[in-house]
Formats: sequence, structure tokens, C-alpha cells
Amino acid sequence: MWPRRLRRSLAAVLAAGLAGCSAGGGTDLAAGERLPDGQWRGGSFVVSANEPEHLVPANATTTRDGQILSALFTGLVEYDPKTAEPRNALAESIHSDDQRLWTIRIKDGWTFHNGEPVTARSFVDAWNFAAYAPNANGNSGYFNKVEGYAALQAERPTTREMTGLRVVDDTTFTVQLKDSFSQFPILLGFQAFYPMPKAAYDGDLRIRPGYEEAPIGNGPFEMDGRWRHDESIRLRRFAAYRGTPAAADAVEFRIYSKTSGGYEDLLAGNIDIAHDIPPDQLAAAQAEFKSGFVERRSSAFYYLGFPQWDNAFARKELRQAISLAIDRKAIVKAIYDNSRDPAYSVINPLVPGSRPNACRLCDYDPARARQLLAAAGGFNGPLTLWFSTSAENEPAMEAAANMLRTNLGISDIRFEVLDFAQFLSLVKARKVTGPFFSSWLMDYPSPHTYIAPLYTAGAATNRTGYANPKVDEHIAEGDRAPSVAAGITAYQAAEDVILDDLPVLPLWFGKTRAVHGDRVTHVAIDPFSRIRVQDIQVVG
Amino acid sequence: MPVFFGATFLIFALVYAVPGDPIDALAGDRPLPPAVRAELRSRYHLDDPLLVRYGKYVSGLARGDFGTNFRGRPVSEIMKQRFPVTIRLALLAFAFEAVLGLVAGLVAGLRRRSLMDSLVLVSTTVVVAVPVFVLGYMAQKLLAVELGWFPVVGIRDGWRSYFLPAVVLGSLSLCYVARLARASLIEAMRADYVRTARAKGLPERRVVGVHALRNSLIPVVTFLGVDLGSLLSGAIVTEGIFNLPGIGQATFSAIQTQEYATVVGIVTALVLIFVLANLLVDVLYAVLDPRIRYR
Repeated sequence: MWPRRLRRSLAAVLAAGLAGCSAGGGTDLAAGERLPDGQWRGGSFVVSANEPEHLVPANATTTRDGQILSALFTGLVEYDPKTAEPRNALAESIHSDDQRLWTIRIKDGWTFHNGEPVTARSFVDAWNFAAYAPNANGNSGYFNKVEGYAALQAERPTTREMTGLRVVDDTTFTVQLKDSFSQFPILLGFQAFYPMPKAAYDGDLRIRPGYEEAPIGNGPFEMDGRWRHDESIRLRRFAAYRGTPAAADAVEFRIYSKTSGGYEDLLAGNIDIAHDIPPDQLAAAQAEFKSGFVERRSSAFYYLGFPQWDNAFARKELRQAISLAIDRKAIVKAIYDNSRDPAYSVINPLVPGSRPNACRLCDYDPARARQLLAAAGGFNGPLTLWFSTSAENEPAMEAAANMLRTNLGISDIRFEVLDFAQFLSLVKARKVTGPFFSSWLMDYPSPHTYIAPLYTAGAATNRTGYANPKVDEHIAEGDRAPSVAAGITAYQAAEDVILDDLPVLPLWFGKTRAVHGDRVTHVAIDPFSRIRVQDIQVVG
Repeated sequence: MPVFFGATFLIFALVYAVPGDPIDALAGDRPLPPAVRAELRSRYHLDDPLLVRYGKYVSGLARGDFGTNFRGRPVSEIMKQRFPVTIRLALLAFAFEAVLGLVAGLVAGLRRRSLMDSLVLVSTTVVVAVPVFVLGYMAQKLLAVELGWFPVVGIRDGWRSYFLPAVVLGSLSLCYVARLARASLIEAMRADYVRTARAKGLPERRVVGVHALRNSLIPVVTFLGVDLGSLLSGAIVTEGIFNLPGIGQATFSAIQTQEYATVVGIVTALVLIFVLANLLVDVLYAVLDPRIRYR
């Protein structure tokens, strides 16, 4: 950083000649207007973004996709930006007596950006479109709980409609699930479940070519022009929006290939908000922007998984010993500069129903770790840690390995560092021969998302091969529970069993950040690590 | 043609030999349902043997179809968007290195052992020794972020956006051009034909400007020709620092995400560019050196 004095004097000398070509001169951003109640309305702002992969909700799997789609669409349910509690958005009511047949009533009078009314049909069609295998949608798996899903996933499906979906009238439809699922209402806020207008399809519920370049949604913002790949996506406030209207008139997502690019542009005053910042700039950003530095926990859960197919890790005392020998707090501080939080549970504290200190065997206790290792009969042979190439992984694994060397006397620790795709395929093929470092993101803010996919026996995403009938039983009990809350209690019981077995060691939880300049206020990040652009007020 | 087929097949085979399944990588942690995965694999011919796949690709190429990436975007569209960025950057960098490099080299060559000469020698040595990314980040931090003279990143400000990246990108080759021009001019000035020209009583301007200069340019043009080719193949580091959505960045991210079609498409186009650049150099030789022309 240049001394400010030097900057100013240089700037003064050159001011006259350079005034016309100050950087970012191409953008004319409108200022907001102050309302009598002290809130600001109108104006436009620019926020950094990554190039999305897909902008069709059924196919949009990444956070970067979700960031744009959350501004363009409103689902049946939305989540409180702070607590992640679900609440009805487009849904008038979501009801079931047996947690299997769900009746969903939607609010009347909502329209898509093209004026087409949002009806029960808009949902049913969108979900059938998503689940139909030949459409190759990345989110089709989210509908596997719906009756009739399997028929759409057959090798040559003979139907395009799931038998479990039925339109009752314009504002009512029913969903029949294969099995009871108490958390179903929470699921409905995820982007896979957004409604789509008729204009999105071309004939038989196939996506119309070009729809993705300018998606028509039903959210607080609509597309202003087309998606300019790798450059920008401009949105403007949707005038006929029936929910809480967006505060600003327009927002531009400017696309950067690297987070450092967006951050540098913010420093130069060319954009208003930088979504995420390079890890090595964290301290500087915090000091420079102070109240403009926004941080919140992300849904990422990082863990060390034990391959259950390898007999070397069969003794649970061994896994417990390794857990107690790792000082999570120290690693998070030394390696990540506290940009992550140590994990003492497998359910992310971001989710309602989580218990931040559920793990009794995650504290740092070398003495007890040694006792447990002795009880497990020690550890013979080399210990190989597997992880994928990333600047952030290696130092943390190095630190953990050092702790295992010092605290447990396991001297021969090796690393297998692989490219992500390769790592993933080896883990899937059960070819890794030691603990592997991996992570998990939530799909919907229910403890279910951190439990069922990872620990249910035989689940496709159960990477460790862990199987414990007690856990399966608790999960089933939670799914059948008469309410969301009752379900959560059962998932917590499952978590207790898991935290005693430790098929995975909870290591840390992620955080996400945004930095903004003085022109904007009310910058908040939602539980899905997305900036809530509809809330942002432009003051300058 | 043999060059073309050889190069494309080689890159095709290499790209597809990379371990790891691109469809799995596409889905990330969440495995796709088997039917969706099968649909994607057949859509992108991933289950065909390599030769069949290559055959399908080349027959597509013959119809001008570069295929689509795994996100369904036509590769030709990606190239149409990316190449102009790289071409602008390359031309600006090329102009910068050619003009400034030649001027510096000729001035240094004509006034040997002068202050100018030493200055050129020292400064080029320093720049050659500094890695491009250091130069890039320094220029960006100082001239763009702190002083605000140039846009920091992106291509939103027209030609002005390309200026700083082009200077950074061209600086290394500029040094080579300067040193090459200096050395070959000095050599030319000692050559017999220059002495002859002087003996004929030609004015010094004509001796240097026509006789010496023209001959000393041959190695420089060779270098510049090859360099134009490599500039056009994109500059991963520079494009990355300045967030220019050019060919370099596209190739880099396509390799990372195993977007085979994009990699193969771009490399195919680059092979053509290299062939053309070399052709251009050969033609220029003839212009500069009559002996080549008459042969």
C-alpha cells in the first residue's frame, strides 16, 4: 500500500490531466433516495461474482448459480437470513397429516417477469422437467423422494410426469412422497424447487434454447439484457413483484475469474461490494473496511473421513484417539488465520437444531488420546492422509500430521495429494488407504442434510462406508416424525451415535465474507453464502 | 494438413487421457443419478472409443462445428467471445514490444558504449529477471489501484483496459527484441557491404537506414513472428491478473475443469494461427532479403 500522503500529492499533481480518465469512468451508477422513514430506496450498485455454471434452476448446482438465481426467483419457502429458519414465501400453506401426502397452497396474484401468472402448474411442470432424466438436470436427484421419480429415471422413460404430483386447482397442488419426510417443507426453498414459466419450455417440457441466457423468473429482480458470459449480469427491480420489493433499482454482477480481481477493483473504487476476498488479504481488508467487512459462517463442513473398508481403522478407540490429538483451534488460528471455525459437531451451527458442542471427543486432550491409542492396541505401519490439491489443504494437513506425530507417536505419516476429480473418483471407488480430508455443503438448513447423506448405510454420498443400524433407525424416526421440530430431535440422537463412533472427525466449518464501500448499506450474507442483493440500500 | 491432423489428434488423445471422470467432476460432491449421468455421457460421446470420438469430432469440425462444453455452451461461441480479447491484447503488446524494442535496440546499437546503450542493457537485464506476475501485480497495484491511471481489471474501458496488461505482457519480449536488434545491427555495421556502401560515398543515413537496418532486421522479424504466435495463444498469467476474459484464461480454466471440447477447440485454432504466423514470417523474409526472394 502506498502512503496516503504520497498518493495525495501525486494525485494532486496529476489531477488535472487525469481527471477525465480515472478508472471505472465508464460506469454511471445512480444514487439512492432517502425516504422519510430513514431507509434508502432506488439507485444501483455493482457486486463481484463468479461466472455461473447454469441459470436454469433445475440444473443450477453451485453457490455461484444460486447467487444469481436467488435474485431472479422466489421459492415456496425462504430462509431467515440470520437464523436460517424457514418461512413461507410464495407458499400460503404447506400441510400434511402423515408427512407423506403434502398439500401446498400458493399465494394468489404472483406473476413471472413476463407477466405470466405463477400457478400450481408452474411448480409441477418445473419439477417434472427437473426430474426427467433425458433433460440431464444436475438437481434431478432432489426429487427422489417424490412418488414416481424412478419412472422418469428409467433407461428409456415412458412418462414425463411423476405420479406423486397432482394439480388440484390454480393455487393448490399435492405432493405424494414415497416415504414420510418431516423436513420436506424446509427442502422447498432450495433452487431446484423454484417455479418456471411456460416460456422456459420448448414443446414437451424441454428447455427452450436461449432461456438460460436471460432466465425469466418470479423474483425481486429481473434480467436487464442477456447474460454476458465472463463479463456481467445486469438485473433491474421487478416492478410487479408481490413480495418485499428490492430496495435498489438495479444491480450488476460483475464477473471475475479470480476473487483477487474483484477485491482489487473494490479497492480502486470501481465496484461496491466484493464477494469474498483472497485469504491473504483478510487482515488488511478487515482493517481497511471496518464496518464494511461482513463475515458469516458458511455451510461448509470439513472433515477427515476414515475408510471403513480398511481394517487398520476398525477400532473406534483409534479414531477417537486421533480426534483428541488434533488441536482444531490451533490449526484454525495458525493456518487459516481464524477464517474458519473449529468444529465440535457434525451438524453445522448455522442450521436450526444444531448443538455447537455436541462432540465430546473433539477437544484437544493429548493425554487421553494416548490412553485411547493404547486401548486400541496402538497403530502400526504408515498413516497416509489423502486430500485434493488446494493451497489451503496442505498446510492444515501438515499441521494435523505434526500433532499426530507429537501426541500419538505415529512417526511415519505420508500424504497423497491428488487433483480433485481424481481424488473424488478414488474415494468413490474406495481405493484410498487412509483418512481422507473432504467437505460437505448443505442443501437445505435442516440437520437432516448433514446426517442422512453422509452416514446412512449404503447412501451414494456416504463416502466412508459407515454403517450403524442405530443411526439408520434414528434417521428413519426423524423422517417419520410428526413435525419438523420432532424430526430434529431424532437427527440429534443420530448425531450423538455418530460422534461416539467417529466415522469422520469434524475438523472445521467454513466462513464467507463480503466487503463493501460507503455507497451501500444492509449488506448481509444468507445461510447459503449468497449476498442478499434485494436488501441492499444505495446511500451514495 | 499433416501438421493439423497430427497436432489435433495428439491433443485430443492427451486431453482424454487425463485421469478422473469429467462428468463426476462436473457434479462435485453430489453424485448424479445414474440415468442423468448416462444421458450426459452419451450426449458427449464419452463412452465411445477414442478413435470414434476423434472421428466424430473431426467430422464436426469439417462442418464448422466445434462441439459444446459440458455446460452446453458451443465452443465456437466461447472462442468468438475470447479471441477478440486476446487478439487486442496481443496486437497492443506486439506493437509495444516491436516499436519500443526496435527503437531501443537501434539507438543502443548505433551509439555503442554510450549512456543510452548502458541504460538499455541494464534495464532489459532487470526486466528479463523479474517474473511476469511480479511485474503484473506491481503495475496493477501502483498504476491502477493506487494512482487510478488505468482500469484495475476487466475490459470495460475499451482500449484503455488493454494498455497496462499489454505493457506487462510485452515487456519481456521487448527486452529480447531490443537486445537482438542491438546485436544484429552492430554486426551489420561491421559487414563488408556497409563498408562498401560507405566507400561509395553514400550518406550515412542511407547506409544505416537501408543497407544495415534491413539486414539486421531478419533475426528480429523471426523472433517477432514466433512471438506473435505465442502472444495470440493467450497469456494465462497476465490475463489472470487483469481479469481479461481471453484465450489464456479460457484454456486454463477448461483444463482445470476437464472441459475437453473447449481445450481441443482452442488448441486446434491455435495450431492454425501458428501455421499462419510462420507463413507470414517466411513471406516477410523475402521482402527483407532479396536473396531469399530470388532463390
